[in-house]
Amino acid sequence: MNAEFIIFLVLALFVAVFSVMTVTTKSIIRAATYLLFVLFGTAGFYFLMGYTFLGSVQVMVYAGGIVVLYVFSILLTSGAKDTLSKVSKGKIAASLISTLVGLAVVLFIVLTHQFKTAIGVGDEPCENLITIDTIGQFMLSTDKAGYLLPFEAVSVLLLACIIGGLVIARKR
Amino acid sequence: MFDFSIVSQWIHGLLTSVMPEWAAVLIECVLVALVIITLYAVFAIALIYFERKVCAFFQCRIGPNRVGKWGLLQVFADVFKMLTKEIINMRNSDRFLHNLAPFLVIVASMLTFSCLPWNKGAHILDFNVGVFFLLAASSIGVVGILLAGWSSNNKYSLIGAMRSGAQIISYELSIGMTMLTMIALTGTMQLSEIVQQQADYGWNICRGHIPAIIAFLVYLIAGNAECNRGPFDLPESESELTAGYHTEYSGMHFGFYYLAEYLNLFITAGIATAIFLGGWAPIYFPGLDGFNDVMAYIPGIVWFVGKTVVVVFLLMWMRWTFPRLRIDQILSLEWKYLVPISMLNLVLMALVVAFGVHF
Repeated sequence: MNAEFIIFLVLALFVAVFSVMTVTTKSIIRAATYLLFVLFGTAGFYFLMGYTFLGSVQVMVYAGGIVVLYVFSILLTSGAKDTLSKVSKGKIAASLISTLVGLAVVLFIVLTHQFKTAIGVGDEPCENLITIDTIGQFMLSTDKAGYLLPFEAVSVLLLACIIGGLVIARKR
Repeated sequence: MFDFSIVSQWIHGLLTSVMPEWAAVLIECVLVALVIITLYAVFAIALIYFERKVCAFFQCRIGPNRVGKWGLLQVFADVFKMLTKEIINMRNSDRFLHNLAPFLVIVASMLTFSCLPWNKGAHILDFNVGVFFLLAASSIGVVGILLAGWSSNNKYSLIGAMRSGAQIISYELSIGMTMLTMIALTGTMQLSEIVQQQADYGWNICRGHIPAIIAFLVYLIAGNAECNRGPFDLPESESELTAGYHTEYSGMHFGFYYLAEYLNLFITAGIATAIFLGGWAPIYFPGLDGFNDVMAYIPGIVWFVGKTVVVVFLLMWMRWTFPRLRIDQILSLEWKYLVPISMLNLVLMALVVAFGVHF
Protein backbone atom coordinates (compact mmCIF):
# COMPACT_ATOMS: atom_id res chain seq x y z
CA MET A 1 0.00 0.00 0.00
CA ASN A 2 2.09 2.91 -1.17
CA ALA A 3 1.16 6.53 -1.80
CA GLU A 4 0.47 6.00 -5.49
CA PHE A 5 -2.04 3.28 -4.73
CA ILE A 6 -3.86 5.52 -2.26
CA ILE A 7 -4.00 8.36 -4.78
CA PHE A 8 -5.23 5.91 -7.39
CA LEU A 9 -8.02 4.75 -5.07
CA VAL A 10 -9.06 8.33 -4.30
CA LEU A 11 -9.11 9.20 -8.01
CA ALA A 12 -11.01 6.03 -8.91
CA LEU A 13 -13.64 6.74 -6.26
CA PHE A 14 -13.89 10.35 -7.45
CA VAL A 15 -14.39 9.30 -11.08
CA ALA A 16 -16.88 6.57 -10.20
CA VAL A 17 -19.01 8.79 -7.96
CA PHE A 18 -19.15 11.64 -10.45
CA SER A 19 -19.85 9.28 -13.37
CA VAL A 20 -22.92 8.00 -11.55
CA MET A 21 -23.95 11.53 -10.63
CA THR A 22 -23.59 12.62 -14.27
CA VAL A 23 -26.23 10.17 -15.42
CA THR A 24 -28.55 10.40 -12.42
CA THR A 25 -28.82 14.17 -11.98
CA LYS A 26 -32.02 15.85 -13.13
CA SER A 27 -30.52 19.09 -14.40
CA ILE A 28 -28.66 18.99 -17.70
CA ILE A 29 -26.18 21.71 -16.79
CA ARG A 30 -25.25 19.89 -13.58
CA ALA A 31 -24.70 16.77 -15.66
CA ALA A 32 -22.21 18.75 -17.77
CA THR A 33 -20.45 19.95 -14.60
CA TYR A 34 -20.18 16.45 -13.16
CA LEU A 35 -18.86 15.25 -16.51
CA LEU A 36 -16.17 17.91 -16.18
CA PHE A 37 -15.11 16.38 -12.85
CA VAL A 38 -15.02 12.91 -14.39
CA LEU A 39 -12.72 14.20 -17.10
CA PHE A 40 -10.50 15.88 -14.50
CA GLY A 41 -10.26 12.58 -12.69
CA THR A 42 -9.22 10.84 -15.90
CA ALA A 43 -6.56 13.49 -16.43
CA GLY A 44 -5.46 12.77 -12.85
CA PHE A 45 -4.87 9.13 -13.80
CA TYR A 46 -2.61 10.17 -16.66
CA PHE A 47 -0.64 12.50 -14.40
CA LEU A 48 -0.36 9.72 -11.83
CA MET A 49 1.15 7.47 -14.50
CA GLY A 50 3.61 10.21 -15.35
CA TYR A 51 2.22 10.67 -18.85
CA THR A 52 1.91 14.44 -18.64
CA PHE A 53 1.29 14.93 -22.35
CA LEU A 54 -1.89 12.89 -22.40
CA GLY A 55 -2.99 14.48 -19.12
CA SER A 56 -2.61 17.96 -20.58
CA VAL A 57 -4.43 16.92 -23.74
CA GLN A 58 -7.23 15.53 -21.61
CA VAL A 59 -7.61 18.79 -19.68
CA MET A 60 -7.26 20.96 -22.77
CA VAL A 61 -9.46 19.07 -25.22
CA TYR A 62 -12.12 17.60 -22.96
CA ALA A 63 -12.30 19.94 -19.99
CA GLY A 64 -11.41 23.14 -21.79
CA GLY A 65 -13.00 22.30 -25.14
CA ILE A 66 -15.77 19.75 -25.13
CA VAL A 67 -17.36 20.68 -21.78
CA VAL A 68 -17.23 24.37 -22.67
CA LEU A 69 -18.93 23.48 -25.94
CA TYR A 70 -21.61 21.54 -24.04
CA VAL A 71 -22.21 24.36 -21.59
CA PHE A 72 -22.28 26.89 -24.39
CA SER A 73 -24.83 24.94 -26.40
CA ILE A 74 -26.97 24.34 -23.31
CA LEU A 75 -26.94 28.07 -22.57
CA LEU A 76 -27.67 29.04 -26.18
CA THR A 77 -30.60 26.68 -26.49
CA SER A 78 -33.44 27.00 -24.03
CA GLY A 79 -32.64 23.63 -22.47
CA ALA A 80 -30.82 24.97 -19.42
CA LYS A 81 -33.88 24.93 -17.18
CA ASP A 82 -35.20 21.65 -18.57
CA THR A 83 -35.13 18.68 -16.29
CA LEU A 84 -35.20 15.03 -17.18
CA SER A 85 -38.51 13.29 -17.65
CA LYS A 86 -39.50 10.57 -15.22
CA VAL A 87 -37.69 7.32 -15.86
CA SER A 88 -39.94 4.44 -16.81
CA LYS A 89 -39.37 0.80 -15.90
CA GLY A 90 -38.63 -0.10 -19.52
CA LYS A 91 -35.85 2.50 -19.65
CA ILE A 92 -34.30 1.20 -16.44
CA ALA A 93 -34.38 -2.37 -17.72
CA ALA A 94 -32.88 -1.39 -21.09
CA SER A 95 -30.08 0.64 -19.52
CA LEU A 96 -29.37 -2.10 -16.98
CA ILE A 97 -29.05 -4.72 -19.70
CA SER A 98 -26.82 -2.57 -21.89
CA THR A 99 -24.63 -1.69 -18.90
CA LEU A 100 -24.24 -5.33 -17.91
CA VAL A 101 -23.40 -6.36 -21.48
CA GLY A 102 -20.85 -3.55 -21.71
CA LEU A 103 -19.30 -4.56 -18.38
CA ALA A 104 -19.10 -8.19 -19.48
CA VAL A 105 -17.38 -7.27 -22.76
CA VAL A 106 -14.87 -4.98 -21.04
CA LEU A 107 -14.10 -7.52 -18.32
CA PHE A 108 -13.65 -10.29 -20.88
CA ILE A 109 -11.18 -8.23 -22.89
CA VAL A 110 -9.26 -6.96 -19.86
CA LEU A 111 -8.94 -10.41 -18.31
CA THR A 112 -8.00 -12.33 -21.45
CA HIS A 113 -5.80 -9.78 -23.21
CA GLN A 114 -2.04 -10.01 -22.83
CA PHE A 115 -0.94 -6.43 -22.27
CA LYS A 116 2.46 -5.69 -23.73
CA THR A 117 4.73 -3.29 -21.91
CA ALA A 118 6.38 -0.68 -24.06
CA ILE A 119 10.17 -0.67 -24.15
CA GLY A 120 11.67 1.23 -21.24
CA VAL A 121 8.50 1.32 -19.15
CA GLY A 122 9.14 0.07 -15.64
CA ASP A 123 6.85 -0.43 -12.70
CA GLU A 124 7.66 2.97 -11.27
CA PRO A 125 5.85 5.88 -12.90
CA CYS A 126 8.37 8.29 -14.28
CA GLU A 127 7.86 11.73 -15.66
CA ASN A 128 9.59 12.60 -18.96
CA LEU A 129 9.55 8.96 -19.98
CA ILE A 130 7.96 9.75 -23.31
CA THR A 131 8.94 13.28 -24.15
CA ILE A 132 6.91 15.50 -26.39
CA ASP A 133 9.82 15.41 -28.87
CA THR A 134 9.29 11.69 -29.40
CA ILE A 135 5.53 12.12 -29.77
CA GLY A 136 6.05 14.87 -32.33
CA GLN A 137 8.54 12.75 -34.31
CA PHE A 138 6.13 9.82 -34.42
CA MET A 139 3.17 12.01 -35.29
CA LEU A 140 4.84 13.44 -38.39
CA SER A 141 7.02 10.58 -39.56
CA THR A 142 6.42 8.37 -42.60
CA ASP A 143 8.31 5.39 -41.19
CA LYS A 144 6.77 2.06 -40.38
CA ALA A 145 5.63 3.28 -36.97
CA GLY A 146 4.83 6.80 -38.23
CA TYR A 147 1.42 8.37 -37.85
CA LEU A 148 1.50 10.91 -40.67
CA LEU A 149 -1.21 9.24 -42.76
CA PRO A 150 -3.81 8.92 -39.95
CA PHE A 151 -2.86 12.42 -38.81
CA GLU A 152 -3.62 13.86 -42.24
CA ALA A 153 -6.76 11.73 -42.60
CA VAL A 154 -8.09 13.16 -39.33
CA SER A 155 -7.37 16.68 -40.51
CA VAL A 156 -9.32 16.00 -43.73
CA LEU A 157 -12.19 14.75 -41.58
CA LEU A 158 -12.10 17.92 -39.48
CA LEU A 159 -12.01 20.06 -42.61
CA ALA A 160 -15.07 18.21 -43.93
CA CYS A 161 -16.84 18.88 -40.61
CA ILE A 162 -16.03 22.60 -40.76
CA ILE A 163 -17.29 22.89 -44.35
CA GLY A 164 -20.41 20.89 -43.48
CA GLY A 165 -21.09 23.16 -40.51
CA LEU A 166 -20.67 26.27 -42.67
CA VAL A 167 -23.04 24.90 -45.32
CA ILE A 168 -25.69 24.12 -42.72
CA ALA A 169 -25.36 27.44 -40.90
CA ARG A 170 -25.15 29.57 -44.08
CA LYS A 171 -27.95 32.05 -44.72
CA ARG A 172 -29.78 31.23 -47.95
CA MET B 1 23.53 32.47 -10.66
CA PHE B 2 22.23 30.94 -7.42
CA ASP B 3 20.57 27.58 -7.97
CA PHE B 4 17.49 27.28 -5.76
CA SER B 5 17.35 23.49 -6.17
CA ILE B 6 20.21 23.28 -3.59
CA VAL B 7 17.77 24.57 -0.98
CA SER B 8 14.91 22.31 -2.05
CA GLN B 9 17.19 19.27 -2.14
CA TRP B 10 18.54 20.13 1.31
CA ILE B 11 14.98 20.29 2.68
CA HIS B 12 14.13 17.01 0.97
CA GLY B 13 17.24 15.33 2.40
CA LEU B 14 16.48 16.66 5.87
CA LEU B 15 12.91 15.34 5.75
CA THR B 16 13.75 11.94 4.31
CA SER B 17 16.37 11.40 7.03
CA VAL B 18 13.67 11.36 9.72
CA MET B 19 10.64 9.91 7.90
CA PRO B 20 9.71 7.68 4.94
CA GLU B 21 9.80 9.09 1.40
CA TRP B 22 6.05 9.42 0.91
CA ALA B 23 5.55 11.34 4.16
CA ALA B 24 8.34 13.72 3.16
CA VAL B 25 6.75 14.27 -0.23
CA LEU B 26 3.37 14.87 1.43
CA ILE B 27 4.83 17.47 3.80
CA GLU B 28 6.66 19.14 0.91
CA CYS B 29 3.43 19.28 -1.10
CA VAL B 30 1.61 20.94 1.80
CA LEU B 31 4.46 23.42 2.30
CA VAL B 32 4.58 24.29 -1.39
CA ALA B 33 0.80 24.74 -1.47
CA LEU B 34 1.01 27.11 1.51
CA VAL B 35 3.76 29.08 -0.21
CA ILE B 36 1.71 29.33 -3.42
CA ILE B 37 -1.41 30.50 -1.62
CA THR B 38 0.52 33.09 0.37
CA LEU B 39 2.31 34.39 -2.70
CA TYR B 40 -1.02 34.45 -4.54
CA ALA B 41 -2.63 36.64 -1.89
CA VAL B 42 0.40 38.90 -1.48
CA PHE B 43 0.77 39.50 -5.21
CA ALA B 44 -2.95 40.13 -5.60
CA ILE B 45 -2.89 42.78 -2.87
CA ALA B 46 0.21 44.42 -4.31
CA LEU B 47 -1.25 44.43 -7.81
CA ILE B 48 -4.58 45.90 -6.73
CA TYR B 49 -2.74 48.77 -5.04
CA PHE B 50 -0.50 49.18 -8.07
CA GLU B 51 -3.45 49.24 -10.46
CA ARG B 52 -5.36 51.81 -8.40
CA LYS B 53 -2.35 54.10 -8.26
CA VAL B 54 -1.49 53.66 -11.97
CA CYS B 55 -5.10 54.22 -12.97
CA ALA B 56 -5.26 57.34 -10.80
CA PHE B 57 -2.12 58.81 -12.34
CA PHE B 58 -3.38 58.11 -15.85
CA GLN B 59 -6.56 59.97 -15.01
CA CYS B 60 -4.72 62.85 -13.26
CA ARG B 61 -6.00 61.83 -9.81
CA ILE B 62 -4.12 60.98 -6.63
CA GLY B 63 -5.65 57.58 -5.93
CA PRO B 64 -5.97 56.01 -2.48
CA ASN B 65 -4.14 58.21 0.06
CA ARG B 66 -6.15 58.12 3.30
CA VAL B 67 -5.59 54.70 4.84
CA GLY B 68 -1.97 54.46 5.91
CA LYS B 69 0.96 56.28 4.36
CA TRP B 70 0.22 56.88 0.63
CA GLY B 71 -2.89 54.74 1.04
CA LEU B 72 -0.76 51.62 1.47
CA LEU B 73 -3.24 49.99 3.86
CA GLN B 74 -6.27 50.68 1.66
CA VAL B 75 -6.23 47.25 0.02
CA PHE B 76 -5.87 45.47 3.38
CA ALA B 77 -8.91 47.39 4.59
CA ASP B 78 -10.80 46.31 1.46
CA VAL B 79 -9.81 42.69 2.02
CA PHE B 80 -11.08 42.76 5.61
CA LYS B 81 -14.29 44.41 4.49
CA MET B 82 -14.78 41.67 1.90
CA LEU B 83 -14.05 38.92 4.42
CA THR B 84 -16.70 40.20 6.81
CA LYS B 85 -19.43 40.46 4.18
CA GLU B 86 -22.22 37.95 4.02
CA ILE B 87 -22.32 35.46 1.16
CA ILE B 88 -25.87 35.58 -0.15
CA ASN B 89 -27.74 32.92 -2.10
CA MET B 90 -30.05 33.79 -4.92
CA ARG B 91 -33.59 32.50 -4.97
CA ASN B 92 -34.48 30.21 -7.94
CA SER B 93 -30.87 29.65 -8.81
CA ASP B 94 -28.70 26.58 -8.74
CA ARG B 95 -26.91 27.04 -5.40
CA PHE B 96 -24.37 24.30 -5.94
CA LEU B 97 -23.17 25.64 -9.29
CA HIS B 98 -23.33 29.21 -8.01
CA ASN B 99 -20.99 28.36 -5.16
CA LEU B 100 -18.77 26.12 -7.28
CA ALA B 101 -18.04 28.59 -10.09
CA PRO B 102 -15.60 30.91 -8.25
CA PHE B 103 -13.57 27.90 -7.13
CA LEU B 104 -13.17 26.66 -10.71
CA VAL B 105 -11.88 30.08 -11.71
CA ILE B 106 -9.45 30.33 -8.81
CA VAL B 107 -8.20 26.74 -9.25
CA ALA B 108 -7.42 27.40 -12.92
CA SER B 109 -5.64 30.58 -11.97
CA MET B 110 -3.59 28.91 -9.21
CA LEU B 111 -2.58 25.99 -11.44
CA THR B 112 -1.26 28.43 -14.02
CA PHE B 113 0.39 30.47 -11.28
CA SER B 114 2.35 27.46 -10.11
CA CYS B 115 3.88 26.98 -13.57
CA LEU B 116 5.85 30.22 -13.38
CA PRO B 117 9.66 29.89 -13.24
CA TRP B 118 10.72 32.04 -10.27
CA ASN B 119 14.43 31.39 -10.16
CA LYS B 120 16.96 28.87 -11.38
CA GLY B 121 15.76 25.60 -9.82
CA ALA B 122 12.65 27.20 -8.29
CA HIS B 123 9.82 25.84 -10.39
CA ILE B 124 6.79 24.26 -8.81
CA LEU B 125 5.27 22.50 -11.82
CA ASP B 126 7.88 21.96 -14.47
CA PHE B 127 6.64 19.33 -16.89
CA ASN B 128 8.16 18.28 -20.14
CA VAL B 129 5.01 19.70 -21.78
CA GLY B 130 5.14 22.87 -19.63
CA VAL B 131 3.73 25.47 -22.02
CA PHE B 132 1.03 23.10 -23.19
CA PHE B 133 0.01 22.27 -19.64
CA LEU B 134 -0.15 25.96 -18.88
CA LEU B 135 -2.54 26.61 -21.77
CA ALA B 136 -4.64 23.61 -20.72
CA ALA B 137 -4.86 24.75 -17.10
CA SER B 138 -5.83 28.27 -18.06
CA SER B 139 -8.68 26.96 -20.22
CA ILE B 140 -10.49 25.57 -17.16
CA GLY B 141 -11.41 29.08 -16.05
CA VAL B 142 -13.89 29.55 -18.90
CA VAL B 143 -16.16 26.85 -17.47
CA GLY B 144 -16.25 28.69 -14.16
CA ILE B 145 -17.20 31.96 -15.82
CA LEU B 146 -19.96 30.34 -17.92
CA LEU B 147 -21.39 28.53 -14.91
CA ALA B 148 -21.27 31.71 -12.84
CA GLY B 149 -23.24 33.56 -15.50
CA TRP B 150 -25.84 30.88 -15.84
CA SER B 151 -26.35 30.05 -12.17
CA SER B 152 -26.79 33.70 -11.16
CA ASN B 153 -30.25 33.61 -12.76
CA ASN B 154 -29.75 37.11 -14.10
CA LYS B 155 -29.77 38.06 -17.76
CA TYR B 156 -26.93 40.58 -17.45
CA SER B 157 -24.73 37.96 -15.86
CA LEU B 158 -25.61 35.50 -18.59
CA ILE B 159 -24.79 38.00 -21.35
CA GLY B 160 -21.52 38.82 -19.62
CA ALA B 161 -20.63 35.15 -19.32
CA MET B 162 -21.41 34.44 -22.97
CA ARG B 163 -19.31 37.38 -24.10
CA SER B 164 -16.51 36.31 -21.86
CA GLY B 165 -16.65 32.74 -23.13
CA ALA B 166 -16.62 33.80 -26.77
CA GLN B 167 -13.78 36.21 -26.13
CA ILE B 168 -11.57 33.88 -24.09
CA ILE B 169 -12.01 30.96 -26.48
CA SER B 170 -11.15 33.08 -29.53
CA TYR B 171 -8.15 34.81 -27.99
CA GLU B 172 -6.78 31.51 -26.71
CA LEU B 173 -6.12 30.76 -30.38
CA SER B 174 -3.65 33.57 -30.90
CA ILE B 175 -2.02 32.91 -27.53
CA GLY B 176 -1.49 29.30 -28.56
CA MET B 177 -0.16 30.45 -31.92
CA THR B 178 2.37 32.88 -30.43
CA MET B 179 3.50 30.18 -27.98
CA LEU B 180 4.00 27.82 -30.92
CA THR B 181 6.08 30.47 -32.62
CA MET B 182 8.38 30.74 -29.64
CA ILE B 183 8.50 26.96 -29.19
CA ALA B 184 9.65 26.69 -32.81
CA LEU B 185 12.54 28.97 -31.84
CA THR B 186 13.48 27.31 -28.55
CA GLY B 187 12.75 23.71 -29.59
CA THR B 188 11.44 22.79 -26.13
CA MET B 189 8.21 23.22 -24.19
CA GLN B 190 9.70 22.92 -20.73
CA LEU B 191 9.61 26.35 -19.13
CA SER B 192 12.78 25.84 -17.11
CA GLU B 193 14.69 24.90 -20.25
CA ILE B 194 13.26 27.81 -22.21
CA VAL B 195 14.55 30.19 -19.54
CA GLN B 196 17.88 28.37 -19.22
CA GLN B 197 18.44 28.74 -22.97
CA GLN B 198 17.80 32.45 -22.69
CA ALA B 199 20.26 32.71 -19.81
CA ASP B 200 22.86 31.02 -22.04
CA TYR B 201 22.23 32.58 -25.44
CA GLY B 202 20.29 35.78 -24.83
CA TRP B 203 16.64 36.75 -24.50
CA ASN B 204 14.25 35.24 -27.01
CA ILE B 205 12.93 38.59 -28.09
CA CYS B 206 16.45 39.45 -29.31
CA ARG B 207 17.30 35.99 -30.58
CA GLY B 208 14.17 35.69 -32.68
CA HIS B 209 14.26 39.40 -33.74
CA ILE B 210 11.34 40.30 -36.12
CA PRO B 211 9.00 37.30 -35.65
CA ALA B 212 9.62 37.31 -31.89
CA ILE B 213 8.73 40.99 -31.60
CA ILE B 214 5.53 40.46 -33.62
CA ALA B 215 4.69 37.48 -31.43
CA PHE B 216 5.32 39.54 -28.30
CA LEU B 217 2.95 42.30 -29.45
CA VAL B 218 0.24 39.80 -30.43
CA TYR B 219 0.72 38.04 -27.08
CA LEU B 220 0.30 41.28 -25.13
CA ILE B 221 -2.97 42.10 -26.93
CA ALA B 222 -4.36 38.58 -26.65
CA GLY B 223 -3.19 38.28 -23.04
CA ASN B 224 -5.05 41.42 -22.08
CA ALA B 225 -8.16 40.02 -23.72
CA GLU B 226 -7.73 36.68 -21.91
CA CYS B 227 -7.78 38.48 -18.57
CA ASN B 228 -11.02 40.26 -19.52
CA ARG B 229 -9.35 43.59 -18.98
CA GLY B 230 -9.97 46.79 -20.84
CA PRO B 231 -10.12 47.63 -23.75
CA PHE B 232 -11.53 44.09 -23.83
CA ASP B 233 -13.53 44.27 -20.59
CA LEU B 234 -16.89 43.70 -22.30
CA PRO B 235 -17.83 40.75 -20.10
CA GLU B 236 -18.10 43.06 -17.12
CA SER B 237 -18.63 46.40 -18.86
CA GLU B 238 -19.97 48.23 -15.83
CA SER B 239 -21.96 50.82 -17.76
CA GLU B 240 -24.18 48.31 -19.57
CA LEU B 241 -24.07 45.03 -17.67
CA THR B 242 -23.49 46.32 -14.09
CA ALA B 243 -20.62 43.88 -13.54
CA GLY B 244 -21.18 41.01 -15.95
CA TYR B 245 -20.84 37.48 -14.73
CA HIS B 246 -20.00 38.31 -11.12
CA THR B 247 -22.85 40.76 -10.54
CA GLU B 248 -24.66 38.45 -8.14
CA TYR B 249 -21.67 37.42 -6.06
CA SER B 250 -20.95 38.92 -2.69
CA GLY B 251 -18.31 38.65 -0.02
CA MET B 252 -15.35 36.41 -0.61
CA HIS B 253 -16.93 34.70 -3.63
CA PHE B 254 -16.73 38.03 -5.40
CA GLY B 255 -13.29 38.38 -3.86
CA PHE B 256 -12.16 35.21 -5.63
CA TYR B 257 -13.07 36.68 -9.00
CA TYR B 258 -11.30 39.86 -8.08
CA LEU B 259 -8.19 38.00 -6.96
CA ALA B 260 -8.22 35.78 -10.04
CA GLU B 261 -8.49 38.79 -12.34
CA TYR B 262 -5.40 40.44 -10.88
CA LEU B 263 -3.44 37.23 -10.64
CA ASN B 264 -4.28 36.39 -14.24
CA LEU B 265 -2.79 39.73 -15.13
CA PHE B 266 0.36 38.80 -13.23
CA ILE B 267 0.42 35.34 -14.80
CA THR B 268 0.05 36.73 -18.32
CA ALA B 269 2.92 39.10 -17.65
CA GLY B 270 4.96 36.34 -16.00
CA ILE B 271 4.57 34.04 -19.00
CA ALA B 272 5.55 36.89 -21.31
CA THR B 273 8.62 37.40 -19.14
CA ALA B 274 9.53 33.72 -19.11
CA ILE B 275 9.06 33.18 -22.82
CA PHE B 276 10.15 36.46 -24.39
CA LEU B 277 12.14 38.45 -21.85
CA GLY B 278 14.43 35.85 -20.36
CA GLY B 279 12.63 34.93 -17.12
CA TRP B 280 15.12 35.06 -14.24
CA ALA B 281 18.08 35.59 -16.60
CA PRO B 282 19.93 38.84 -15.83
CA ILE B 283 20.48 41.48 -18.47
CA TYR B 284 23.65 40.83 -20.45
CA PHE B 285 25.61 42.94 -22.92
CA PRO B 286 28.44 41.20 -24.76
CA GLY B 287 31.68 43.06 -24.10
CA LEU B 288 30.67 44.92 -20.92
CA ASP B 289 32.11 42.35 -18.51
CA GLY B 290 32.11 44.49 -15.37
CA PHE B 291 28.47 45.48 -15.88
CA ASN B 292 27.46 41.86 -16.55
CA ASP B 293 29.18 40.66 -13.39
CA VAL B 294 27.35 43.22 -11.28
CA MET B 295 24.03 42.26 -12.89
CA ALA B 296 24.65 38.56 -12.26
CA TYR B 297 24.83 39.27 -8.49
CA ILE B 298 21.18 40.34 -8.42
CA PRO B 299 19.13 37.23 -7.56
CA GLY B 300 16.99 35.65 -10.27
CA ILE B 301 13.72 36.14 -8.45
CA VAL B 302 14.30 39.90 -8.39
CA TRP B 303 14.87 39.84 -12.13
CA PHE B 304 11.77 37.75 -12.73
CA VAL B 305 9.45 39.85 -10.57
CA GLY B 306 10.99 43.08 -11.84
CA LYS B 307 10.49 42.21 -15.50
CA THR B 308 6.99 40.95 -14.77
CA VAL B 309 6.05 44.20 -13.06
CA VAL B 310 7.29 46.11 -16.09
CA VAL B 311 5.06 43.99 -18.37
CA VAL B 312 2.16 44.44 -15.92
CA PHE B 313 2.67 48.18 -16.21
CA LEU B 314 2.55 47.88 -20.03
CA LEU B 315 -0.75 46.00 -19.78
CA MET B 316 -2.19 48.60 -17.39
CA TRP B 317 -1.04 51.37 -19.69
CA MET B 318 -2.97 49.64 -22.48
CA ARG B 319 -6.02 49.26 -20.26
CA TRP B 320 -6.28 52.85 -19.12
CA THR B 321 -5.45 54.37 -22.51
CA PHE B 322 -7.83 52.75 -24.97
CA PRO B 323 -11.63 53.00 -24.90
CA ARG B 324 -13.66 49.83 -24.68
CA LEU B 325 -14.36 47.96 -27.93
CA ARG B 326 -17.68 46.53 -29.08
CA ILE B 327 -18.15 42.76 -29.07
CA ASP B 328 -18.13 42.49 -32.88
CA GLN B 329 -14.99 44.64 -33.00
CA ILE B 330 -13.32 42.38 -30.47
CA LEU B 331 -14.14 39.25 -32.42
CA SER B 332 -13.17 40.70 -35.79
CA LEU B 333 -9.90 42.00 -34.32
CA GLU B 334 -9.11 38.44 -33.30
CA TRP B 335 -10.37 36.44 -36.26
CA LYS B 336 -9.59 38.86 -39.09
CA TYR B 337 -6.32 40.35 -37.90
CA LEU B 338 -4.56 38.63 -35.01
CA VAL B 339 -5.06 35.02 -36.16
CA PRO B 340 -3.82 35.61 -39.75
CA ILE B 341 -0.93 37.71 -38.42
CA SER B 342 0.13 35.04 -35.96
CA MET B 343 -0.22 32.28 -38.59
CA LEU B 344 2.03 34.17 -41.02
CA ASN B 345 4.34 34.92 -38.13
CA LEU B 346 4.61 31.22 -37.35
CA VAL B 347 5.63 30.53 -40.97
CA LEU B 348 8.14 33.38 -40.77
CA MET B 349 9.59 31.98 -37.56
CA ALA B 350 9.80 28.51 -39.13
CA LEU B 351 11.77 30.01 -42.04
CA VAL B 352 14.02 31.93 -39.65
CA VAL B 353 14.77 28.78 -37.68
CA ALA B 354 15.19 26.62 -40.80
CA PHE B 355 17.70 28.99 -42.38
CA GLY B 356 19.36 29.68 -39.04
CA VAL B 357 19.12 33.47 -39.29
CA HIS B 358 18.49 33.93 -35.55
CA PHE B 359 21.11 34.85 -33.01
